[in-house]
Amino acid sequence: MTQPAKQVKQLDRVIIRFAGDSGDGMQLTGDRFTQETAAFGNDLVTLPNFPAEIRAPQGTLPGVSSFQVHFADHDILTAGDAPDVLVAMNPAALRANLGDLHKGATIIVDTHDFTARNLTKAGYTENPLDNDTLAEYALHTVDLTGMTVEAVKEFGLSRKDASRAKNMFALGLLSWMYGRPTEPTTSFLAKRFAKVPDIRDANVTAFKAGWNFGETTEAFAVQYEIKPAVMPPGTYRNITGNLALAYGLVAGGVQSGLPVFLGTYPITPASDILHELSKHKSFGVTTFQAEDEIAGVGAAIGASYAGHLGVTSTSGPGVALKSEAIGLAVMTELPLVVIDVQRGGPSTGLPTKTEQADLLQAMFGRNGEAPVPIVAPQSPGDCFAAAVEATRIAVTYRTPVLLLSDGYLANGSEPWRVPTVDELPVIDPAFATEKNHGSGEEAEFWPYLRDDETLARPWAIPGTPGLEHRIGGLEKGDGHGNISYDPANHDFMVRTRQAKVDRIADSIPLVEVDDPSGEAKVLVLGWGSTYGPIGAGVRRVRKAGYHVAQAHLRHLNPFPSNLGEVLKGYDKVLVPEMNLGQLSLLLRAKYLVDAVGYNHVRGLPLKATELAHAIGELVGQAEGIDIDLGVWGEPTQKEHI
Amino acid sequence: MSIPADLGLPGLRSGTEGVPTLPEGAQPQTGKDFTSDQEVRWCPGCGDYAVLKAVQSFLPDLGLRRENIVFVSGIGCSSRFPYYLDTYGMHSIHGRAPSIATGIATAREDLSVWVVTGDGDALSIGGNHLIHALRRNVNMTILLFNNRIYGLTKGQYSPTSETGKITKSTPMGSLDHPFNPVSLALGAEASFVARTIDSDRKHLTSVLAAAAAHRGTSLVEIYQNCPIFNDGAFDAIKSPDTKADAIIPLVHGQPVTFGAEGAKALVRDEQTGGVKVVATADVAAADILVHDAHNEDPTVAFGISRLTDSGYLNTSPIGIFRQVERPTYDDQAREQVAAATPDASGNDDTADRAARLAALIGGGDTWTII
Repeated sequence: MTQPAKQVKQLDRVIIRFAGDSGDGMQLTGDRFTQETAAFGNDLVTLPNFPAEIRAPQGTLPGVSSFQVHFADHDILTAGDAPDVLVAMNPAALRANLGDLHKGATIIVDTHDFTARNLTKAGYTENPLDNDTLAEYALHTVDLTGMTVEAVKEFGLSRKDASRAKNMFALGLLSWMYGRPTEPTTSFLAKRFAKVPDIRDANVTAFKAGWNFGETTEAFAVQYEIKPAVMPPGTYRNITGNLALAYGLVAGGVQSGLPVFLGTYPITPASDILHELSKHKSFGVTTFQAEDEIAGVGAAIGASYAGHLGVTSTSGPGVALKSEAIGLAVMTELPLVVIDVQRGGPSTGLPTKTEQADLLQAMFGRNGEAPVPIVAPQSPGDCFAAAVEATRIAVTYRTPVLLLSDGYLANGSEPWRVPTVDELPVIDPAFATEKNHGSGEEAEFWPYLRDDETLARPWAIPGTPGLEHRIGGLEKGDGHGNISYDPANHDFMVRTRQAKVDRIADSIPLVEVDDPSGEAKVLVLGWGSTYGPIGAGVRRVRKAGYHVAQAHLRHLNPFPSNLGEVLKGYDKVLVPEMNLGQLSLLLRAKYLVDAVGYNHVRGLPLKATELAHAIGELVGQAEGIDIDLGVWGEPTQKEHI
Repeated sequence: MSIPADLGLPGLRSGTEGVPTLPEGAQPQTGKDFTSDQEVRWCPGCGDYAVLKAVQSFLPDLGLRRENIVFVSGIGCSSRFPYYLDTYGMHSIHGRAPSIATGIATAREDLSVWVVTGDGDALSIGGNHLIHALRRNVNMTILLFNNRIYGLTKGQYSPTSETGKITKSTPMGSLDHPFNPVSLALGAEASFVARTIDSDRKHLTSVLAAAAAHRGTSLVEIYQNCPIFNDGAFDAIKSPDTKADAIIPLVHGQPVTFGAEGAKALVRDEQTGGVKVVATADVAAADILVHDAHNEDPTVAFGISRLTDSGYLNTSPIGIFRQVERPTYDDQAREQVAAATPDASGNDDTADRAARLAALIGGGDTWTII
């Protein structure tokens, strides 16, 4: 090295947020940094955050798009509460994100875009780089755009095209600062822009220039090192929730031997599942982009009737539209996987933001007594296993199943240990092939004769001779399945459909409680994507020296059969949710437990530090002690947590 | 994977190609084979009985295995139809039958898929699914029973009722302009559009045969009398005294004339670009419109469809308006899947699929921790 070696400082974890205009390529930048970090071997969690508008007005606050990545040399659970480093590509990005930073955080700004016009658009009357607004931060002012344009001038691009590579310059700089491997990004760029060599070369050059700038400039005196994390053995990849979910559906098809049929309508944040599955026709996957949400689920039900694995993917507003059809699948007792990637509601709500306020819609959002099993993944990678489990329940019990993902899981990513195919359950569709009632000449096929164990009805698909039958939305007579208006039969069938869903509890694992000391009086119970923040909050409380137990639900209907017992074992139960208390309501109704809610609907994941305080408060009440979390109550606490 | 350049022209195939037929020498089927054990519960005199009988007697002509036939319906009087046929069937939810049938037809080439629907089911609540099924050209036959009234909900006006209709929900007369189902279907670029009458068994059966033979979405509008809530809606075209003037018969390749002794004829209207009725005696024989159902351009078929009365039905063209070959959605969707599947027969074995699954989920940038 020709340059004097810079000081290298060890860190155990870092949170970086890339922020810029929605056209600045911040999602790509964050994604590339994440891939480099995954390849390096750190544990990581990401939080993309972008506006619903594809190109909101340039330079404005609503147009700011950001990508946060938290990476560490140990197991971490959340994308972090407060960034340590903010990369702000314009004044709006600075202003929109400054409030989330802790004092002393590093800020890198692209000075090029701090023009009078952009400052005004962001609502600054004075340039914050010129006064003491940022006095409490470690500010680095860098002309990212100017240096990018200079670095790529040999390619003869227009100034506009040249300046567009500034995100790669920023990526190069950050990659140097944190000692990330550069190869994944250079080979990615080579592939991505293979057809436009000028753009490819400009991006690679900008990336390398950013790296070299970090290495040579005196402005950045320190390089940081975050050692790889120790993780259980296995093959890992970084994966987003929507990708894992799509893979889970492909796996569900392979493991059941059923061709997957996705009937769907594009909707944020679920569309990527359609995009991904449409690439996997080689597994017999058919994707049908329907004229509307109802046709999407209708076609999926038709495909299930015909012996395929019918799947429909949507978000909350789409589930509302599909409700009647899901009721039809309840009545006809056909397998159907309904994926709801939840977003902020009601109505159109916050399409690109996360929430988990569709639990009660999933549970009760249909006319009549229409029980539907519900499963929920707890992390991006876990979407894979949740999709396989939804398939297992749908096929085994002949029922629609609701899978509740959310916007945070869908777009967020984490390292995922890739399972081997042997680890996956084998799912037996067990199609009916024989008449099942009476014998000899009198033998008939009864479509509503049930399996003793599961209460599932036979699935006889068209093309099976002798089993011709009619099903539909009208009430069925027990056994023979013909239309029945008989009062006693209806009462029996309503109870039987409920009993069938309740019986699923026999096939699911008991809820496991993490209570290391065995002395906790408070249980924190969650579901879905709050797993990470709850886990991090619980760790903080334990680090501060207090006892608290944690459990997380994969199955929300039916609940695991030991849940009632588990709840009784604790003095207080805290239920953190990104809604106004929907799981709390179900727990209170079913178990008469005085569940305490911790509820936020900000369109963002819960914050671990805030949660730690809420847990601490409840622990204090339960144990009759004063709680002081000390440094563990500070978002900036940098020790292992 | 690349999409094969030669997608063929599946439309040239029969609508039932790919559906298993009865084995050689098997006992021929009869209407009874297609009659289920369920009691038929329509009102006495309902036109649905005639259509049911016609369908039950027609189905054996197809020579298909009964288990490979599926009837799907929505909600309404006519939608009880599947219960009375001993085939596979689903009585689904209001308006959605075309979407469910799309799933069935796309999933399985070996099924003959039929939709039974009504004017409310298909044109009100299910209008969206109908037009999209037609534009996609999914291989199925849609029987649209048009009685121009809501029967099951006891007599409200429907989207095909004439303006000014006095019903329980419109005591001062309905305000909506009605749909003409044939015009609508032609506007959606349907590849097969026909109209027939419940009481004309022979014509109905021949239209059913043509519809079943057509590969793609066949829309068959069936004028069907509701004796309870809209009795006599089609009297003009049914009464022996008036039907000669009321029915404009469409026969492919034939000049279109009607009325007593063919006194009326259709000609192109040069002023409007449409089609008009003239006295046969007033025009040269060469100017009389010769019906061409196979015309790729739907303009003339649409022009003919506009001769249907939107008020009380005194005149209506009856027959096959349009039948053109167009690739079907379901054939092409299956071809894409087959082209992407390693074994073109689609029969890759389980072990291979498991290996490919492992490769898929373990793909991308991975790292291994020992």
